[in-house]
Amino acid sequence: MTLSHTDALIQIRDLSVTFPSESGSVEAVRNVSLDIRAGEVLGIVGESGSGKSVTSLATIGLLPDSARVSGEVLYNGKNLLKLTDEEMSQYRGSDIAMIFQDPLSALNPVQTIGHQIAEALLIHQNISKSAADKKVVELLDVVGIPKPQERARSYPHEFSGGMRQRVMIALAIANEPKVLLADEPTTALDVTVQAQVLDALKHARDITGAAIVLVTHDMGVVAGLADRIAIMYAGKIVEQGPVNEVFAQPAMPYTIGLLHSIPRVDAKAGSRLASIPGSPASPVDLPQGCAFAPRCPAAQDICLSANPPLVQIVSSPDHAAACARVDQIQGLVASNKLFEEGPAHSPTKNESAVNVLELKDLKKTFPLMKGAIMRRRIGSVFAVDGVSLTLKQGQSLALVGESGCGKTTTLIEILNLVAPESGSITVLGKNAATISKKERLALRKDLQIVFQDPFASLDARLPIGEAICEPLKTFGYSKTDQRARLSELLLLVGLNPMHANRFPSEFSGGQRQRIAIARALALNPKLLVLDEPVSALDVSVRAGVLNLLAELQEKLSLSYLFVSHDLAVVQHIADQVAVMYLGSIVETGPVAEVFKDPQHPYTQALLSAVPIPDPIIERGRSRIVLQGEIPSPANPPSGCRFHNRCQIRMILPKDQQDRCSTERPVMKKSTHGEVACHFPIGAK
Amino acid sequence: MATKVKLEQDETFSRGKLIRVRFFRNKLAVFGLFGLAMLFFLAFVAPHLDKFKWDQLDFDNMLSPPSLSNGHWFGTSQIGGDTFALTMRGLQKSLIIGLLVAFFSTGLAAIVGASAGYLAGRTDRALMWVIDLLLVLPSFLLIAVLSPLYRGKTWLVFVVLLAAFGWMITARIVRGISMSLRERDFVRAAIYMGVPTRLIIFRHILPNISSLLIIDATLNVGGAILSETGLSYLGFGVQPPDVSLGSLIAEGTNDAMAYPWLFLFAGMILILTVLCVSFIGDGLRDAFDPGATGGQAK
Repeated sequence: MTLSHTDALIQIRDLSVTFPSESGSVEAVRNVSLDIRAGEVLGIVGESGSGKSVTSLATIGLLPDSARVSGEVLYNGKNLLKLTDEEMSQYRGSDIAMIFQDPLSALNPVQTIGHQIAEALLIHQNISKSAADKKVVELLDVVGIPKPQERARSYPHEFSGGMRQRVMIALAIANEPKVLLADEPTTALDVTVQAQVLDALKHARDITGAAIVLVTHDMGVVAGLADRIAIMYAGKIVEQGPVNEVFAQPAMPYTIGLLHSIPRVDAKAGSRLASIPGSPASPVDLPQGCAFAPRCPAAQDICLSANPPLVQIVSSPDHAAACARVDQIQGLVASNKLFEEGPAHSPTKNESAVNVLELKDLKKTFPLMKGAIMRRRIGSVFAVDGVSLTLKQGQSLALVGESGCGKTTTLIEILNLVAPESGSITVLGKNAATISKKERLALRKDLQIVFQDPFASLDARLPIGEAICEPLKTFGYSKTDQRARLSELLLLVGLNPMHANRFPSEFSGGQRQRIAIARALALNPKLLVLDEPVSALDVSVRAGVLNLLAELQEKLSLSYLFVSHDLAVVQHIADQVAVMYLGSIVETGPVAEVFKDPQHPYTQALLSAVPIPDPIIERGRSRIVLQGEIPSPANPPSGCRFHNRCQIRMILPKDQQDRCSTERPVMKKSTHGEVACHFPIGAK
Repeated sequence: MATKVKLEQDETFSRGKLIRVRFFRNKLAVFGLFGLAMLFFLAFVAPHLDKFKWDQLDFDNMLSPPSLSNGHWFGTSQIGGDTFALTMRGLQKSLIIGLLVAFFSTGLAAIVGASAGYLAGRTDRALMWVIDLLLVLPSFLLIAVLSPLYRGKTWLVFVVLLAAFGWMITARIVRGISMSLRERDFVRAAIYMGVPTRLIIFRHILPNISSLLIIDATLNVGGAILSETGLSYLGFGVQPPDVSLGSLIAEGTNDAMAYPWLFLFAGMILILTVLCVSFIGDGLRDAFDPGATGGQAK
């Protein structure tokens, strides 16, 4: 092996994992060789189905029995794959520990977390029960859980998502392992919480000196944390090397495409996204040659015939790529023109345009009920608490916020087109509260939605042609008109009209989202509501859908109401942004200006928490890590909703602090929009 | 580029046509359909070709085993009735009762269950109340009480009664699934598109429950044929000397050891019927379910 190092803790050699399935054997991992070196953070990056999780599970011996595993995982000269489950248990949790993606299902709900951590200690160490309890408190303190003494007696459900993941980290480092495997440790968390958890992980590493294997699909997280990265595609490592080098000089077309297709929150105006054609290779029917060749713009005959091995790049000793044309490719990178790029994003400045959507002081509360027989209202959840928005024709407005901030509820209120609890909704000049049933139906024609998850938003039992025709049918189009419009729409979103007879299950995620977009466009709507339209998609197909949305907006002069938690995507697609926190808007304004110079402390913290997929920038900037998590909307804080997490308030004099906690700020003009803060950043 | 590509007339199928295509690709399903057609043919045409009528008694051959020489291929009963003619006569009724009851009870379950689950609120409570009421009512007792009213009327009343008391449990299951389906994005998408409620139920909710409904209907066919026998004892519907498959089997089992032909042929025809219906059901289920391998092009 060319990349063999003497300080390797774990050497994975020629690891292959195959799963039997109905449609043939799934080659989840193919000939992976990897070193995990002492004290380093190794990032394994890949899309869903690339084999990154299976590799980590194989290392710790947690694959299901049906898996056929070959190769070697050497630890201290012992092949871990040859060990029985019982022998492996000696290593699991003590030498090699794992942090799972979903801490809720990884923790036992009926035992206190203190008990669970103590259990891990007592199994592997010969210490007394009381010593273990003391150690538990220490560990909880290390991962940043406040009041660890009390919290050790709490059950998993009493913790929030971020806190649970900290508990998982505490559990993993309990026995001071040599290697920590973290499988998408922050994917289920919000950005501000992700920043906290990544900090806790770094801190844990500093204390134990363990090597961390960070399995993720997020290039930004890797850029901030990893020393070395391995990029996987279709079960194979396609590129591997020091993080700075791989990001600066990627050598494999897949890496190049990936890096150019990720929207960045620090993108400059007029930046374009490269889109990788096609969809990720299915691990069932892999081509004979390079698995990426069918999607690769630089593929030649040689790529189709033979599977290229992972070879060292001449110029750098620790950097390897699996590409038959690696020498030529590196030359191409300089021009950045390997992949086709989408339209440049230029915020439209159309001040005279009419308002397509206007929300005034929208409110929505859900009752909190108690009692099984005598149900009574004991309180309210303030899901949306006074939201005002304006969207002009041809523009896109992004509603940004973390989960639970009320952005989806706002959408549903708009789409219901009925009188809201309080405030008003005006769509295309018509007030939802006063329109007749007939007008409401007519308005639906102009207002359509694209949902987040294309697997749930398409009826699995309806051929896609009929799904797209459904709105047409509803509005009385003739059979021939439907057919003509169907092929037009399929071409518009880049699908083959001949595939109209197929069921959704025959399409990949990106294609399904295109189908959902085609359905939404069928009636030529004026306003398209996009509910996180790319967050459920694989990284390599996101850019394609984003480019399509940008293209369609230009071509059809659509207005978008875009809801997202991903600020990088917002930066790329939106003109205006509205940042939402706990049911109300805290800042609005043009995207470019707000992102460059945020006025509200929450916007600032949110932007700083978004990882940037560039190791040099990512490590060079200072990060604001917010305290705590979003409070419950059933019991919102007094005064400014953000005051108890605010990083600005902490440095204010006492009397001004009191103002934040008692008086609720209203929206007022800021440097480039409006902000709801008593002490906006720019004003100082 | 939105250049118009004219599709050939047959290139875009509606779901109905697609399901037909997928159904006929399934060999067993086609076999089942053919088998059922043959059974119908046998039941309604064969008696006209046979030299014995079902109500004709052959006093020369009482309790004769199946034989070709005396013309009773399936043998005769205790009083000299031709078993073949009787079986065919019974099959006529049982086929119609079985299929109609299955169709009506599953259909009722689907519509009531899906409406209750999808509409929720007051509709749900009212429908659930009716279902619970029907579930606690002893249906046999009720039928017995009502039987004088129907005496002498057509046996098709049976179909209505059997269907009316057999749909509730399925309806409850359908309601449960519908309740979770209505929260799904594709249903919400249809609502926001302005699709009327009735169409959402028929276009999105029911096809997604079709596997369950088809299995339920398939099981109901056999169940209805047999429970019809039970009701015959209560003195209405198919009454002696008239016969159904169920009554033939019930009577024949008493002497199953000594004179097996009395119930064996009726039993085998019943098995054949249920088998054919199962094949058709399987084929339909695969045709509805895009994930099933049965309906895919080879």
